[in-house]
Amino acid sequence: MPDPSETTLRNATIAVLVENEAGILARVVGLFSGRGYNIESLTVASVDADRRLSRITIVTSGTDMVIEQIKAQLDRLVPVHKVSDLTLEGPHIAREMALIKVVGRGEHRMEALRLADAFRARVVDATTESFVFEMTGAGEKLDAFIGLMQPIGLAEVSRTGVVAIARGPGGLQS
Amino acid sequence: MSATLQTKTEARTMNGAEIVLQALKDNGVEVIFGYPGGAVLPLYDALFQQNAIRHILVRHEQAAVHAAEGYARSTGKVGVVLVTSGPGATNAVTGLVDALMDSIPVICLTGQVPTHLIGNDAFQEADTTGITRPATKHNYLVKDIAKLAGVVHEAFYVAKSGRPGPVVIDLPKDILIGKGPYSEAPQAAHRSYRPQTAPDMGQIRAAVRLLKGAKRPVVYAGGGVINSGPEASRLLTEFVRLTNMPCTNTLMGLGAYPSEDRQFLGMLGMHGTYEANLTMHGCDVMLNVGARFDDRVTGRLNAFSPNSKKIHADIDPSSINKNVKVDVAIVGDAGATLAALIECWHAEEMPQDKAAIDAWWRSIDGWRRNECLQYRQEGSIIKPQHAVKRLYELTQETGRETYITTEVGQHQMWAAQYFGFQKPNRWMTSGGLGTMGYGLPAAMGVQIAHPDALVIDIAGEASILMNIQEMGTLAQYRLPVKIFILNNEYMGMVRQWQELLHGSRYSESYSQSLPDFVKLAESFHATGMRVTEASQLDDAIREMLAHPGPVIADIAVAKDENCFPMIPSGAAHNEMILAPGQQGGVAGVTDEGKVLV
Repeated sequence: MPDPSETTLRNATIAVLVENEAGILARVVGLFSGRGYNIESLTVASVDADRRLSRITIVTSGTDMVIEQIKAQLDRLVPVHKVSDLTLEGPHIAREMALIKVVGRGEHRMEALRLADAFRARVVDATTESFVFEMTGAGEKLDAFIGLMQPIGLAEVSRTGVVAIARGPGGLQS
Repeated sequence: MSATLQTKTEARTMNGAEIVLQALKDNGVEVIFGYPGGAVLPLYDALFQQNAIRHILVRHEQAAVHAAEGYARSTGKVGVVLVTSGPGATNAVTGLVDALMDSIPVICLTGQVPTHLIGNDAFQEADTTGITRPATKHNYLVKDIAKLAGVVHEAFYVAKSGRPGPVVIDLPKDILIGKGPYSEAPQAAHRSYRPQTAPDMGQIRAAVRLLKGAKRPVVYAGGGVINSGPEASRLLTEFVRLTNMPCTNTLMGLGAYPSEDRQFLGMLGMHGTYEANLTMHGCDVMLNVGARFDDRVTGRLNAFSPNSKKIHADIDPSSINKNVKVDVAIVGDAGATLAALIECWHAEEMPQDKAAIDAWWRSIDGWRRNECLQYRQEGSIIKPQHAVKRLYELTQETGRETYITTEVGQHQMWAAQYFGFQKPNRWMTSGGLGTMGYGLPAAMGVQIAHPDALVIDIAGEASILMNIQEMGTLAQYRLPVKIFILNNEYMGMVRQWQELLHGSRYSESYSQSLPDFVKLAESFHATGMRVTEASQLDDAIREMLAHPGPVIADIAVAKDENCFPMIPSGAAHNEMILAPGQQGGVAGVTDEGKVLV
């Protein structure tokens, strides 16, 4: 028998299609806190024209048994339409956006701009002593850029958390 | 304003309270259990002006939910509760969690302050949907009267379909007073919640192949079989007899398989029988139908039934592979699954190894000879086991339809061990949450549903005091519930654990300053009896059973009796503690085990 106490952790990016109703986010978040599951990031927004459906993207980690539990627990919530484990179910695209504020003068400004260019970060606000960069990409790319900005004058970061979608024609809403 | 409930519904306008009552009636509701208050006055006004739905006034909102649970569990219908906002709703929470843990279909209507006051800390305001979110299967706050009827219909669907559970509908007062359209229950399928009930035939065939090849099989059946309806219990019995397999039931499943049957091993788990637990430990193929590998059943997980292939049939996919990894998973209704297993068993040509099964039964019969439930009734002090056993035997002599509820603790386990159940829906106990104070209000709900039946709450002297106010409800509605108290002057299960695990330091577990239960009964217009001598026991039980009204029978039992067999926390099935003087290993409890409850 497989040992239920096995401790090999894996990451999972889970997409959940839900009714866009009051309290649905509290239900999902309460499920995670109540049962002791991790949430590494969580995003939510309505995704259809008449705003009846929302899509929640959750990045979590756990043993295979725990991640199977998370999916089953999510799936039995009454307003949940579909649950998909994007990590398990084939190739997918995951993206995150960040707004990154860097404060500095002189050579630091030039270095920040050079690095932003290399990372394809856009300048969306500038003053004589600050920039706000907008950057989209995989989480690791954002981490790398933010790390480089640290010694240059990183002042503030705002990140969206991961949104993700399966590659190819199939999907949650099809 | 006409509050007359109409049977034929066309699109018409009513006030919110009338919409709620009409929807209840259209969903077959005949009785609700409740307690009035400011926020639900419009509903009570509408109730007053109709006769289709009977209201039972309880003395505490927690009891309303347990009464609805008792009603639901003994009838298979949805139990309905009506309470006011704020403290009415918060008092109901324990009952809701109880129903959630035991998968009981209950709808709880809660009053709420008017929508424009929500969030303003108004008088008797509580965030009911917030508080009850983890206490319910689902909940609703109705803010638009146009959606009210639809929400009530949907609540019934959610409460009873899939794995059943409690549903709260929070009703702001302005919604109850305002006018809106009534609509009948929709015919279309629910947008998102459509639980699978039909089992996958591929999995059924895989299960049957495993079971046919088994040399040491066991069937382990739980509350899911009861919840599926009486037909599922009939099919379970048919399957077990067809296959000549041993069968054990969980605490929640008692009655799913007839206890007097030769193939029944008794209850399994922490206070299960020696033979049931050793059969589980030694089996090579296990079929779990409608049970959830609860920690009270498995004991130490990594030592649970170590050499078996496991088949798990459950209507809730999240119960599968939660605690125990299984080899064949069947998602579906217990009755449908059992019917499919029987059909496939007949169709599958592979022969059963009958010689191996006979040898397996010889091992089991060997364990049975240990007579783990044996006790010695000597002298004048009544053994609690003896009291329950005599209650069972004398109840059978009456030939009456009998329903048993319990509180929580040692008496509950003795009731499970010594009272036999031949049919489903006759046994109501708080299994998952373990709620002291459950038994009396649950018995009320059962008696309301079955006015002519014998309804007995097997209680402890500590538990019964947790909802003793319901004696008033028994009196008001002339409910002839019998309360059979095993009075050992201790919170017995706490005392037992303190004795076995905490060096006999009986911290706060003595039942100090108990009431005189005879006078207490009399002050609530009931009959009280006290029994202290073993020689008086049978006569007292007969007198209680024959009495036409409610009775409290206060049975003074041995104070230091422990409930055995017992799998200590953190131990495995084959490390059971048996009663003194019986054979079997005595396991030491480690600190790791003490952490477990």
